[in-house]
Amino acid sequence: MNPDFSYLSEVSADKGNLIKGLQLVQGREGYVSDAAIHAIGEYFSLADAEVEGVLTFYAQFKRVKPGKYQISACDGTACHIKGAPLIQQWLTDILGIKDGETTPDGLFSISTVACLGCCSLAPVMAVNGRVYGKLDRKALVKIINDYKKQG
Amino acid sequence: MADIKRIKVGTASCGLAAGAGAVLSSFQRLAGEIPVVEVGCIGHCYCEPIVEVELKDGSSVFYASVKPDDASIGDILNLTDKGRFTVPAERAALEKLCVTRLAGRINPKDIEEYRANGGFGSLKKACGHTPAEVVEMVKKSGLRGRGGAGFSTGMKWSFLAAKNAPEKILIMNADEGDPGAFMDRSMMESVPFQVLEGMLIGAYATGATKLFIYCRAEYPLAIKHLTIAIEAIRKAGLDRLPGREKPLEITIKEGAGAFVCGEETAMIASLEGKRGQPRFRPPFPTDSGWNTFPTAINNVETFANIPVVIADPEAFAALGTPKSTGTKIFALAGDLKNPGLAEVPMGITLGDIVYKIGGATPGSVKAVQTGGPSGGCIPADKFDVKVDYDSLKELGAIMGSGGLIVIGNDRCMVETARYFLDFTHRESCGKCTFCRVGTMRMWETLERIVAGKGQESDIDFLEDLGNKIRKGSLCALGQTAPGPALSTIRYFRNEYEAHVRDGYCPANQCKALSDVKLDHDKCVKCRLCVKNCPVGAISGDTFVVDNAKCTRCNTCIEMCPKKAISRVKKGEGFNSANGGK
Repeated sequence: MNPDFSYLSEVSADKGNLIKGLQLVQGREGYVSDAAIHAIGEYFSLADAEVEGVLTFYAQFKRVKPGKYQISACDGTACHIKGAPLIQQWLTDILGIKDGETTPDGLFSISTVACLGCCSLAPVMAVNGRVYGKLDRKALVKIINDYKKQG
Repeated sequence: MADIKRIKVGTASCGLAAGAGAVLSSFQRLAGEIPVVEVGCIGHCYCEPIVEVELKDGSSVFYASVKPDDASIGDILNLTDKGRFTVPAERAALEKLCVTRLAGRINPKDIEEYRANGGFGSLKKACGHTPAEVVEMVKKSGLRGRGGAGFSTGMKWSFLAAKNAPEKILIMNADEGDPGAFMDRSMMESVPFQVLEGMLIGAYATGATKLFIYCRAEYPLAIKHLTIAIEAIRKAGLDRLPGREKPLEITIKEGAGAFVCGEETAMIASLEGKRGQPRFRPPFPTDSGWNTFPTAINNVETFANIPVVIADPEAFAALGTPKSTGTKIFALAGDLKNPGLAEVPMGITLGDIVYKIGGATPGSVKAVQTGGPSGGCIPADKFDVKVDYDSLKELGAIMGSGGLIVIGNDRCMVETARYFLDFTHRESCGKCTFCRVGTMRMWETLERIVAGKGQESDIDFLEDLGNKIRKGSLCALGQTAPGPALSTIRYFRNEYEAHVRDGYCPANQCKALSDVKLDHDKCVKCRLCVKNCPVGAISGDTFVVDNAKCTRCNTCIEMCPKKAISRVKKGEGFNSANGGK
């Protein structure tokens, strides 16, 4: 097996753990590359196509390398009612990228998610898992600029 | 400070998002000898961060919307009156805290504190009876599945208990996928031991040997607290049930973002490492489930109810209505003052929840969406409906998992339906043609209507197709997906008609059917809008919004301190593209 993915042995090679294996790889690499799919297939004794078939079924898995700061823009019901489409539009205005894309400098990527479970603070988004609530344009610009400054 | 026994900071996801992390570290720095602990959520999410100060005399004082600066923290340590929080009397009278009694009040990571508050008493009581007697108690309590379908929990358990198999599986459905519902997250974060106690009792009653918790990956804190709790339960030996040779196997599996995996056969497929597609029933999971072993699946809230049920099945059955017993936790969100969680007895009116608990202003609410994308909307004039499984169904909505999204007067119902179909058509697993293609066609039609390109016949088409999707889909996702469109057509047909006949969105929410206009009588020429417009659509000389350039992004409307800018009917705003009118 590709030595880059030898950490797969942290989960047992039982086929029931395929999703766990994919999550492990994505947790380490940030996405699931072609090489990773092949390594996972070898490890679980599955064809690459079967691995890809399971992977593409689940929204969590990414096949493109995400940015350093991964923005999850919530579009759950409460956030949608409270203006999530505007948040998404503003993010696109500010960063010049759409849902599923990464900025050319590799700093930011946006993905729209169903619900972060913080509906009472709608509209919300998360940057690398940290949740920001009650967003308006001003707050959004500040959050993005703060991350830009950090580089 | 001398009277303070302990300080509790609510650091569930909602609290953390509101800034509880900074509040916690300030207390840790300033509280000196006083222990500071992290607790979960008491449900009043609208005034997070919340701090509870436990006094030595056994009473407690709550503070709401706490700021992390030294002065504010110092004030609380001196037990100032400022910022004290009490549950409004009107709300307190309606709520009945049984299942959430300990949520946000105890340290979720401490098994001893849970025990000291009566924890594991029900497990002990259950183990003193035969498994069959425990199933009987659950049956007698009338408890119905809190995940949405409302199937009798006791019945489900009796099916699994009757099976003879080398392994029996019990799964906790923690894949809370309904956008707008967060009671399961809160329970797992705040009282993981209570949820697991329910599961242990379930394992005892049904003879289950392997327990799975299928939790969405979006809930990292819930997974963390459950992991800690499982470890503590193992250490305490509580996973060794009487009469069993081996301890229970308890495994947490993270979901990977597929809404359909909340359906039980899809969840089982996902647990087997496959694509999470539902399959035909029968065989029911209790006959052939995970890797063909008999399997039962219950929701998080159902398990959280079990310790309450076992403690006193008769008292539980006396709560609520005869056919829907006990309490239900509702997640309130949307256009209301007090979003958060509320636990109320079944049978309370929807109006009481929305107005008296949620604090929505009467007259400002158009409808409530229950049951998320699988549910339907209930218009404000039907708010005297008693909330239980059966009455909501009669109105074309469902109880679902208990998410209540309040929709204000300024929201467009067609857009709301479009939003839900956008969600379901993407989440359809693709197995059944009616669901896969049908929800896509419904979504396209709704997109067309909100874009001002709808036709009169579109409304009937949506109804016709919606009813066919209901009949032609295998699982609940497809069977319920048309709900939001069908119920909005049922109650708000006039809004659909305005869109397709007059090209008019009554709520002025649909971008293609509205203009933006600045009211010069209210304008104070502060230029905030001019400066912040991302496309330069507002003139700095005349303060007129040019709708040819405007993208309807609402930035100016939000920023204007005088509320001088608003959405108006298409054609009423200035537009340079059609000769300045």
